[in-house]
Formats: sequence, structure tokens, C-alpha cells
Amino acid sequence: MRAVHFCQACGKVQPPAPVDYFTFFGLPRKLSLDLPALEKDFYELSRKLHPDLNARSGSQEQEWSLQQSSLLNDAYRTLKDPIKRTQYLLQLEGVELEEQSKSATEQARSTGQVKKQIVPPDLLEEVFELNLQLEELRMQKKMGEDDPALIEEIGRQKLELEEKQEALLRELQTRWKMWDGMIQRDQNGQPVSDEERRQERDKMVDVLNRRNYIRNLVRDVAEVLGE
Amino acid sequence: MATDRIVGIDLGTTNSLVAFMQGESPVVIPGDDGSNLVPSVVALDENNQPVIGNAARKHLTETPELAVYSIKRLMGRGVDDVQEELKFFPFRLAEDLQAGEVLRIKLGNKTFTPPEISALILRQLKRNAERFFGAPVSKAVITVPAYFNDAQRQATKDAGRIAGLEVLRLVNEPTAASLAYGLDKKQNGIVAVYDLGGGTFDISILKLHDGIFEVIATNGDTHLGGDDIDNLLITIALDDTLGDLGLDLRNNDLRRNAEAVQAIRNAVIEAKIALSSQASVKLDVELPGGKHYLREITREKFEQLIQPIIDRTVGPCKQALKDAGLKPGQIDEVVLVGGSTRIPKVRALVKDLFHREPHTDLNPDEVVALGAAVQANILGGGSEATENMLLLDVTPLSLGIEVAGGVTDKIILRNSTIPASATQHYTTQVDGQANVAIHVLQGERELAKDCRSLARFDLKGIPPMAAGMARIEVKFLIDANGILHVSAREQRSGKESEIQVQPSYGLTDEQVEGMILDSFDSAEEDFRQRQVIEARNEAATILAALDKGKKSPAWGHLTTDEKKKIAKMEKALIAVKAEDDYQAIRKAIDVLNQGTTRLAELMMDSAVSTALKGKTMDEADMGEGPTAPHPMAKAEFE
Repeated sequence: MRAVHFCQACGKVQPPAPVDYFTFFGLPRKLSLDLPALEKDFYELSRKLHPDLNARSGSQEQEWSLQQSSLLNDAYRTLKDPIKRTQYLLQLEGVELEEQSKSATEQARSTGQVKKQIVPPDLLEEVFELNLQLEELRMQKKMGEDDPALIEEIGRQKLELEEKQEALLRELQTRWKMWDGMIQRDQNGQPVSDEERRQERDKMVDVLNRRNYIRNLVRDVAEVLGE
Repeated sequence: MATDRIVGIDLGTTNSLVAFMQGESPVVIPGDDGSNLVPSVVALDENNQPVIGNAARKHLTETPELAVYSIKRLMGRGVDDVQEELKFFPFRLAEDLQAGEVLRIKLGNKTFTPPEISALILRQLKRNAERFFGAPVSKAVITVPAYFNDAQRQATKDAGRIAGLEVLRLVNEPTAASLAYGLDKKQNGIVAVYDLGGGTFDISILKLHDGIFEVIATNGDTHLGGDDIDNLLITIALDDTLGDLGLDLRNNDLRRNAEAVQAIRNAVIEAKIALSSQASVKLDVELPGGKHYLREITREKFEQLIQPIIDRTVGPCKQALKDAGLKPGQIDEVVLVGGSTRIPKVRALVKDLFHREPHTDLNPDEVVALGAAVQANILGGGSEATENMLLLDVTPLSLGIEVAGGVTDKIILRNSTIPASATQHYTTQVDGQANVAIHVLQGERELAKDCRSLARFDLKGIPPMAAGMARIEVKFLIDANGILHVSAREQRSGKESEIQVQPSYGLTDEQVEGMILDSFDSAEEDFRQRQVIEARNEAATILAALDKGKKSPAWGHLTTDEKKKIAKMEKALIAVKAEDDYQAIRKAIDVLNQGTTRLAELMMDSAVSTALKGKTMDEADMGEGPTAPHPMAKAEFE
């Protein structure tokens, strides 16, 4: 059921309800999404809720339209992006994700704390190797003697990592199908066990973590390469 | 049709304009000199009264210490930020500036904050519009560079308020330009707007779809524009003149040097403009003291010189494309905005970057004001032309909070559609802690010290609790103007926390209020002075007409008594005209008018009879009656 954003009769903006982003758009908690339909909905809702088109309303309605449209924009931004959408849903399901953010890394560096690292086991060797190469290139750059062969090698590995990133996104989309199937069954009156739910969630968390890790690595490589 | 007209204003670095939607198209409102562009120049005349626009320009060369231009460069900035500008611009900072105080500049022996100077320009535009409509104007949409940060936006809003305008919306300049373009073309697609103005550069990439103008990414440089090109040329000219003409800038004779610099600046700007259509140009500057500085500049040489400056636009363009996830080939149209885009080398650079000829149909000087007028129309309820139009803009800079370790934690990312919000939770460190300090920043860097300090918020009035028990929810909201609002609530008690904002570079509400009153006082004074001037003009007109009357044959028909009375009234008017009580002048005019009614009638009769002499009724063409103004008629005034 979609949240009521504006009165169907007179078109006036209503106070924002504290709903999640899926409910805001009247969508089930499924991960595969019709993006063109979402965009169309976003534009339609924008026309109704945006402060510019409510500029002559009373100040209470203007306040509501400001709140509503910021909620609309936040919801659209989150649901539009595949990774953000997945993270958001997991959050709604009560999962706490440890963001492998750069600032968390810096913070750890500066405070000397050990950062929570989840290195995907299948990448351990590769990552170790790559980190050595990055250190070497960093040193070379400091002394102004970049080795073009090393740069090429690192560049090649970066491409491989980017491909891995893409592959993980596809894997995530497969997990979406499983999740959506589960939700559908639940809706059809075939209840899904908590255990099954948890397992699907954990699988997605795993994919996200692996992809995040690689993404951060790619970012570090790009930085050293001076891109 | 709105009774309260909302105008669109382009408050530019070099020129400012005001426009409104006339029927289905936006139109620029000219000043009383007939010009669409009002130079963003403010000066004080010999009576210490502000002069704005074209009238102020001559003051730049004659009394440079009483004039200022490109004030937009100082809006929302602190003393430290403007050190770069001070190198090249003759901004004279007030001597008694304290650290952390809002900038003030000197004009003569008065000081002004940048918003106050901008307010004078806005007031001029407001008057131009009021004169045009014959009705008051109190609401406006004002444009700002897309890359302006929160402090710069707030300063612009403050300027509007000081000028007596309710600023309904701040619109980003490239977005405004796209509105003017989109209104014209009505086509869907991806548009890039390349806006190189006098002081700022913006690049915005938008998706136009069925009247929705959705900004996807924006980037820019608020320290880059035509002014930088001018300064480069001025520097070269100064280097030349130093030796050749014995004009030493390290001399104590600052006044003569300032005049010389302004004279050179004028010439250099003319030359720059000429080189857009000529292959070479001859600079001929008359310096104070009579000496002449002559130099030939070829377009080739000019292009070589400015290359590093215009190259600085490439980085932001590439970043915007990257943020948008687009390749240059996916851009359907490139729109050029800003006078500097008339330079052929700039057009070539744009063509190179986006692999297509830029769209040059629209007047790059006016397009932003026209777009602002369209947005003003939309806010006012819209009309047939704009009924499907909606702007969805973005915040250009990431918003962050300073966290432990001097690191920025980004809570709203750049290019997020606005309005946008983020919620953060805070707690207390110490038992009974009553307030929490938050430092908000804007920028993309990782460390807080490399970002722009926006403000420090103090959350006050937290109910006494054990350390770590309080759960304060802070909501950050960036509104449709791109300005930040913060609200906070302690969740356990449900109490709204009081927030005290210390804007890092801005005026507090009280300071702005104070300035409005000052402005109002001088507006009163201005109004009174205008009345005196107008009354005196009217008095002069009637006195001149009386002189004419005394020479006419009708004068002979008056009795001696009538002539004596008129002479007395004339004398009284001449006396009171020399003073500045405009009501007394008006009264004396009325008295003289009444006293000369019979003279006027006689003059009218004799004029008619002279014309009719020797003609019969049939031959005399009586026409439609008198069409010339009554010689003794009251003058028309607003």
C-alpha cells in the first residue's frame, strides 16, 4: 500500500508519514525493480510534492512539502542504485553492515585502532600480492622513479578486479531473485521460515562485503596510479 | 495574472539583470538609461550617495577609492579566503577587521559588507522593475553559481533581504539557463550547460524530460572567470608601463596608480572583446598625466596567454561527466552561458570536450536572467507556457560532520537531488553534559581541515542524564535553495534541542535586520531627496513658462494689480526653490499656477486668434483642439 502523500480530492500536500522507502513508493520489499517505472513515479510525485509547485500554499503545507520532497528524493536515490537498495533492505531487516568506508579506514589509521576487516578468503593471496606492489609503487613515486612495467602490471590487475566487481553485481542480482521468490511465496500464503530468511540475508551480506572490499581496493589502486 | 509580480534576477559578477515572464516568453526589464545590463559597479558620489551601474562606471576611473566592482567575489568569504582576490582586485578592506568578523570593505570613509553592496545593486534592479510595472515589487528569484557553497548562498539571500526583497528561491545559474533553453526548444535529452562568467565557472549536466529539468551532476570553480583573463592582461600592461613610462606602482602616489590601473583595465576589456571578432587590436590607453600606452595584441598571442586559464575548466567538466556516469558522446546539446563564452578559443575548447558544436542561439549575457524569470513564473503558480515545468536541482558539495581524528564523515553526498536530508545520532560523553558541539563542513576532502567550515552548531538544553544515555537525533536538511537547516531532538525526553548557529562566514539574523533598517533610513532620505529634485524641476518649468508669458502679447492684457501679484508669487517661488522643503516648493508652485490662470487663458486665446487671422471659419482648419500641453499646465510626475 502506498503512503498517502497528497489528498486525492484537493491535491494538497499531507504531512509526511514515517514510512520506509518501499512503502513510500507503494512497492513490496522486493529487490528486482522496474527502474523506468520508478523514474516515472518519481517525476509524478515530484510534481505533486516539490516546494516550487507548492510555493503559494500556506506555510504549514510548504513545510510538509519540504519534508515530503526530501523524503522522496532520499527514497529515490536509495532505491535507484542496486547496491544502496540492497543495503537499505538489509538494514530494514535488522542487519548491521560494517561499511568499509575510506573514512573508517583513515579514522582507524589516525587513532591506531584496528579496523574491522573482512577480507574475502578467496582473495587473500591476490590482495597480499597486490598490496606489496602498491607499496612498491608508492615508494617509487616518492623517489620519482616509476617503473612502467610495474604500472602496467598493476593496471592489468585493476581491470581484473573491476571485472570481479561486475561479476559480483551479477551474483547479487541472482540472490535478489531468490529473495524476491521468497517474498512472493510469503505473500501467496506459503510462509517462509525465519531460518530461510536469515540464510538469504547472510548470502547477500556476504556478496556485498566482498564487492565492497574489492571496490575499496580498486579505489586505492586508482589513487596510487594517480587517476 | 499575479498581482504581486515575482521577478527573476541575475546578480552577476560583471553585470546584473532583472527579467519577468511577459505572456509566454521571459523578457529583460531595461534600466532608465535603456540598457538591459546593469554593471555590477557601486560608487559613492560627491554627496556620499550611492550610484549604481553605468552611472557608477566613470567613478572607477575618476575616484577609484570610492568605487567597487566584482563584489560577488567576496560574498560569503572570510578574510583568509580573499587574500588571492586582494592581489588582483582593488578591494580595500576595513582596517579594524577582527578575526572571524564578516568582511567589510571601504568606500571613501564608509565601510560596507559585501551583502550590503550587493543589496544596492539589487535595489537598483528592483527600482527598474517598479518603474517598468508602475507598481511595487517585493518578491524575486535570484540566481547563484551552482558551485556556490552554503555561506555564499546565505550571503546572497541576506543581500536580497537588505534590499527589501523576499527571495523566494535561489536558482543555480546553469539550471536557470537550461530553463530558458528548454522553454525555447521543448525537446527531451541530455544537456550540458557550460557557464563561464566574470568571476565563476559552472558546468551542469541535466536530463530534460517532458518539462522536468533534472540536474544529474554539477561542478565548477568559484574563482575562475573573465576577470582572471582581464587581470592577466592588466599585469602584462603594468609590466610594460613600469619601465617605459616611469610609472612606478611602488610609489606612494596610490591615487594616480589606481586611476592608471582602471584606465588600463577599461582598455584591456575593450581589447579582449574586440579580439573575439578581429584578428588583432591596438591598445591605446590614456594614462593620468597625459602619457599614452600603446600596444598591439594579436588574437594568436591572446589565445596563448589565456590558454592556462580556460584549461582550468576542463577538470570540472570531466569530473561532472564522471559523476553523471556519462561519456561526452551521450550529451545531446551544449549550451553556452556567460560573456566569456564569446571568446573563440573557449568555444573551440567546448567543442573539443563534448565532440559537438555548442548551442549559441541564446544571448549568453541574458539567458540566466530569462531563466530566473521562468522559475519566478513557476513559483507564482505557472502559466500555459510553464505548466509542465519543474526544476530538480542538486547540492554541488558533499555535506559532512567532523568526527574524531579530524576526519569528515560525509552525510549528504554531492549531486544529491535537493531537498535532501540526513539524520545523525549523538550522545553525551560526560554525566550531566548539557550541550554537544557539532562542526559541519562542505567539501570532498577526507580531512576536516581541507573542507570548508560551514558552521558550528551547539546543541543546548540536553536534559541532565548519565553519560551515554542521551540519544540526540539531529536532522540535516538541505532545502530547495541549497541552504542547510538543522533541527535536533533528544529522543528519550522528546525535548527539542535549542540550536545556536555560528555561521563561519556569514551575518547573523540580527546583523541583517540592522542593515535593513539602515538601508531603509537611507531609502527615506533618498525618497526625500528625489522629491526635492522633482519639485525643483517643476518649479523651473513653470518659471520658464512665466518668462515666456511675459514676452507674449497676452502679458499686455493683464492689469497692473495682476502683474504685481504674479511678481510677488514668482519671487516667493524662487526663494523657496533654493531650499529643500519640497512641500513648500509644491505649495508655491500651486499658488503661482492659480495666479497665472488668466494669463494662460489669454495666451491660449491669442495663439488661436493669430492662427485664425485672415482666414474664414470655413478655411480655418480648427483641427481637434489644442494638443500641445497647456503652457501653464502642471507638470506630470510619478
